[in-house]
Amino acid sequence: MQKFNRVIVFGALSLLLATLIFGVLSSWAFLYPETYNKFLPFYQLRPFHVSASLFWIVTGASASILYYKNDAFPEVAGNHLSTRLFIFTWLGTIIAIFICYGLKIFGGREYWEFPPVLCIPLLAGWLLFMASYFVPLLKTAGQKPMYVWMWTTGIFFFLVTFLEQNLWQLPWFRESYLREVTVQWKANGSMVGAWNQMIYGTSLYLMVKISGDETIARGKTAFFFYMLGLTNLMFNWGHHLYNVPAASWIRDTSYIISMTEWVFFIRMIQGFKKTLEDRRKYRHLITYRFIIAGEFWVFMNLLLTLAMSVPAVNRYTHGTHITVAHAMGATIGINSMLLLASFTYMLGIERKSELTKKAVGISYWVTQYSLGVFWLCLIVAGVIKAYGSTVRNLSSFQEIMQPVMPAITAFSVSGIFLMSGLGAIAVIYLYHTVYYKDEMK
Amino acid sequence: MLRSWIALFVVFAVYTFFVYSDCDKRPLPGRAPDRHVLAGWKTWQAKNCHTCHQLYGLGGFMGPDLTNVVSDTNKNDAYLRTFIKYGTGKMPNFHLEDTEITDVIAMLKWIDKSGKSRVPKERVTWSGNYNLEK
Repeated sequence: MQKFNRVIVFGALSLLLATLIFGVLSSWAFLYPETYNKFLPFYQLRPFHVSASLFWIVTGASASILYYKNDAFPEVAGNHLSTRLFIFTWLGTIIAIFICYGLKIFGGREYWEFPPVLCIPLLAGWLLFMASYFVPLLKTAGQKPMYVWMWTTGIFFFLVTFLEQNLWQLPWFRESYLREVTVQWKANGSMVGAWNQMIYGTSLYLMVKISGDETIARGKTAFFFYMLGLTNLMFNWGHHLYNVPAASWIRDTSYIISMTEWVFFIRMIQGFKKTLEDRRKYRHLITYRFIIAGEFWVFMNLLLTLAMSVPAVNRYTHGTHITVAHAMGATIGINSMLLLASFTYMLGIERKSELTKKAVGISYWVTQYSLGVFWLCLIVAGVIKAYGSTVRNLSSFQEIMQPVMPAITAFSVSGIFLMSGLGAIAVIYLYHTVYYKDEMK
Repeated sequence: MLRSWIALFVVFAVYTFFVYSDCDKRPLPGRAPDRHVLAGWKTWQAKNCHTCHQLYGLGGFMGPDLTNVVSDTNKNDAYLRTFIKYGTGKMPNFHLEDTEITDVIAMLKWIDKSGKSRVPKERVTWSGNYNLEK
């Protein structure tokens, strides 16, 4: 692993650690606002947590692609100036964003809570990343495996959705609140699909490497599921906006497209036996264990997503902690597990000492169990809130929230365990990034 | 493969155009925000209000959804003004000027006119979808 790869891996893992610390602090600030308001209020902590989490995922995905592209495009492998500039610009801007939060300078938009002027260096950084990916891609001849298609799609659509989420700065988009909120959540929803393409592509790449079977990334089945994923990226963002009285065809399109996710669900059930066989074969590999954890959380989150995609059900779940369970289940359970699989592979954790592997193994199980409790607590909190606000139709916010608080307390406690498990993995991996030795040489 | 990709992308581009142009079919006069609304919106963003509050159920869960707070008969302008000006145990005092508070309330009034955040049971159809156009 080259030095610049280690810098971006270090940056990504530091962001994971920041996500965990700020996440735990935010959950306690939610419970005890009177105390936290005196020194670190929730409205300041949450942006730290959300941005660290978003950038952990995007930085982790780009770090993985930068590393694996040398294998995918071996003819033009190398250390490019654009890559170095991307890392410098990207990580530098993230530091500037955190400084703004520290000074309470906000941009005040969901996911993008920093001053919008900082989108300019972020955009420049992403264009540099695109240059370092697309130049070797275009110079490489021949049919590309599906993971290359997925990386390419993810990188391209991140740019599209990033630009789209900045359209609010044009006055025309603010003439109507319905237009403004629709475009904002169209962009945010599709952006999640974009980083999923980058991460699922990486996971597919790893499965090819582990199994040595190139056919899983080629052929009609792989193509079908890729196209289905792409269709969902483009059109399945409307569940965020079912209650917004915008044109009904937007809701109809999302509802119909979201039901195609049943195909993924059925496919997972059909492939369950094969997954079990593979698990027996590869369970000694930490990389594979993280991939399996990711698959498990895909399954659990699909159940939740399918339910929330039905407007009649969404009427109860929207604006409750079930939405948070969906978001955190996806970002921690799926994205983070698959990224950790990738980092395990990149850092060669399988070849480290028994002590390291044992520590990762224990932390892995602490993470999975605490994430399970964490996720269930959010669902329980959401169900209680839905009962108060939609079934009983209570108008007092205090009355709705009071019975929710015990579930939030349990969630905050499980968050500490989750931070310990995932944080220990991040610290171990950070150590091996700093003291990296390539045992393959 | 590339051809399928391009075909799907063209559909996406056309769909995006219609989302932008057609998502709000109400007539423009009276709908566009005035300078008070825009100033209130700026304050809303600068103070990161969405972190704790929701609009159309989107945002944080620390405080209530404010989409239709101004049409809540239990909460008049004076109530909202006092709440925003002094905060509560949960909500910090942001030390806003009176004009800033007026602008934030103007923004909330403008958003209130765009529709209702809660979907009534009667609007759920047999297919599990909503009909919000009645």
